[in-house]
Amino acid sequence: MTSSLIVEAKQICVPGETIAKGMDFLPAQGTSREGENIISNKLGMVNVNGRLISVIPVSGKYIPKRGDTIIGQVFDVTMSGWRVNINCAYAAMLMLREATNEFVPRNQDLTRIFNFGDLMIAKIENVTSQNLIDLTLKDQGLRKIQGGQTIKVTPSKVPRIIGKKGSMVSMIKKATKARIIVGQNGLVWISAEDPSMELLALNTIKKIEENAHISGLTDKIKEYLEEIVGPINFDENEHENASEEQTGENNEQQ
Amino acid sequence: MNAQTKEHIIKAMDKNIRFDGRKNDEFRPITIQYGASSTAEGSTRVQFGDCEVIAGVKLGMGKPFDDRPKEGVLMVNAEMLPLSNPKYEGGQPGNDAIELSRVIDRGVRESHMIDNEKLCIKEGEKVWMVSVDISPINSDGELFDIAAFATVAAIKDAVYPEIVDDKVDYHKKTNTHLPIQRVPVSITIYKFGNNYVVDPSEREIGAADARLTLAFTEEDEIVAMQKGGETPFDINEVDTIIALAKKKSRELRALLK
Amino acid sequence: MSSNKKRHSGRSVEETRPISARVGVVKNADGSAEFKIGNTTAIAAVYGPRELFPKFMQDPSKGVLRVNYNMMPFSGDGERVRPGPSRRSKEISQVTKLALLPFLDLTKFPNAVVDIFIELSETDAGSRCAGICAASMALAHAGIEMKDLVGAVSCGHVDGQVMVDLDGEEEHTPNVHVADIPIAMAPRLGKISLMQCDGFVTSEQLKEAIQKVKPAIEKIVEVQKQALKDYFKGELK
Repeated sequence: MTSSLIVEAKQICVPGETIAKGMDFLPAQGTSREGENIISNKLGMVNVNGRLISVIPVSGKYIPKRGDTIIGQVFDVTMSGWRVNINCAYAAMLMLREATNEFVPRNQDLTRIFNFGDLMIAKIENVTSQNLIDLTLKDQGLRKIQGGQTIKVTPSKVPRIIGKKGSMVSMIKKATKARIIVGQNGLVWISAEDPSMELLALNTIKKIEENAHISGLTDKIKEYLEEIVGPINFDENEHENASEEQTGENNEQQ
Repeated sequence: MNAQTKEHIIKAMDKNIRFDGRKNDEFRPITIQYGASSTAEGSTRVQFGDCEVIAGVKLGMGKPFDDRPKEGVLMVNAEMLPLSNPKYEGGQPGNDAIELSRVIDRGVRESHMIDNEKLCIKEGEKVWMVSVDISPINSDGELFDIAAFATVAAIKDAVYPEIVDDKVDYHKKTNTHLPIQRVPVSITIYKFGNNYVVDPSEREIGAADARLTLAFTEEDEIVAMQKGGETPFDINEVDTIIALAKKKSRELRALLK
Repeated sequence: MSSNKKRHSGRSVEETRPISARVGVVKNADGSAEFKIGNTTAIAAVYGPRELFPKFMQDPSKGVLRVNYNMMPFSGDGERVRPGPSRRSKEISQVTKLALLPFLDLTKFPNAVVDIFIELSETDAGSRCAGICAASMALAHAGIEMKDLVGAVSCGHVDGQVMVDLDGEEEHTPNVHVADIPIAMAPRLGKISLMQCDGFVTSEQLKEAIQKVKPAIEKIVEVQKQALKDYFKGELK
């Protein structure tokens, strides 16, 4: 039997849908093999990589990964650290020693460092087999963030929002003069002096999320922004450093 | 809500801008659908932006209260359904659900929206009982105004079921609406710092210091009032708040068919 | 009785009432959907996977599924329904959970919970099935791993005639034998996860009911599939 793709790449498929027929294809993430067929196990976009067929989720919570830079919000303060909400099924933990190098005397009120509701950019140091997630602030660019607002996007859309070498998010920052940090966990922090520009940055990011699968999206978003702010002087090959690539954040702007 | 986020929101409001593009005194886009539930005697499904509720009216026959033998019985009940927001835990109604229910009830009852005596079937024995239930589908931000609006519109929408052999036949609807005398419209003004704001969304409402809900009749009479929130009002600001609420009540009233 | 007999609504014995489905109805939820069949409308919202408290309810080997089925007070066939769980709603919550669970893979979420809330805004028979249909879409929308979508519809028997999707009037046909048989199925796999019966039916009629319900459920799953895809249409918004 010749192998064939029933659902084309970049099309949306639903759980239980047959994506491909034939033994030439191999089931990867979000799919499984049933007899000669590859079946989708998730709502998502079909992705074909050589013989591998996977389904990229278009919705759902963040799956924590070691090394990811994320945005989190403190929801509990303990004797030894803070419990942080990072938009996944489990709470993450930031231990005191991972938060600061300073000496903190015992029984010190930890809310002086991070209080309930405080936001942070942190890195996932470790995810144990029991789904315990350890965070650290000990790396370049990691810290408490103040003011602004955070919005939630589907984690799988994050690369699109950041763009190649941070190009998409840089364009938005140039156009709106907003500070933007994109967490790998789908939380995006935006802050601008001018509330209408902050709103524009927010709406642009939402637009990218809704249209992530369209090709030529960068140009379309540039058009959308220019209609409101006028021509943007933007070079796609502008250099961004490694941590910016992860979060789309330009440290110089702080 | 942490202090910096609150400050960020209020600073923008100081410039009369909010983060969804609205001015301080603007409602979110409002839609209203009548007849949202075929089993209710009257119902509406209302959206204020992303906030969505269904209000349903059920009519039944029962005994009047001993001290009001000639009057029908009205009951308004709001539930914070866990379906509509992850912060609701379900179980017995909490204080916020009870407050919401009673504030809406007060507006409808004190305005004498329904002519209660016309609900009497047989004095001392049988009257119509009107129950209105508010079920949020997506609870986003303030609920007082959307729930009151949906309630009043549902009561206007309601028709009597037929009575067959002295019993209600819920499968047969008449064309007769309830005896409506007055239509109360409720507006809640929220205080954010020095700003008076209407219809805060979920992102904003945590930054509010206080609120004042007022229910107005068509003649601009106030029939119900409720202050909420931890911050007190200054005596001198109450007039300004009432004037703003009155103005907004006319806007909402115009949307009722 | 010939199987071409028309029903009071004009439907054939194999026809369901008109169906419509919509995804993303509850924006606060991780996944949500609305499913309407005739005058029965169910809204389902999924929250999760999320941490489960109290701790003793946690399962270290996989995530737990919790279902809460509830009728809005004005959604009943007659008088107002007092808010709060009833024995009936608790039973429906339980069978709904068992209708969906076999097709979910929650092993990647030990100690966590997936909460499904189902609310009925109007009912005219077939409410538990509508709830299952809405919940199935909501689970997919929430990104939960599923082997298949789950469809459900009642297949009943009225006065010797087997028919699909009884409405309220048929369920209450006076003076004849009536049976209400709700069935949930993952049609591609051919696996039945909900099967109940309320009333008088012979084993022949029961067999016939199960045969007749499969194509109806296949149609329902097509509607669910389309609603999920429509939500992510490929045009610049």
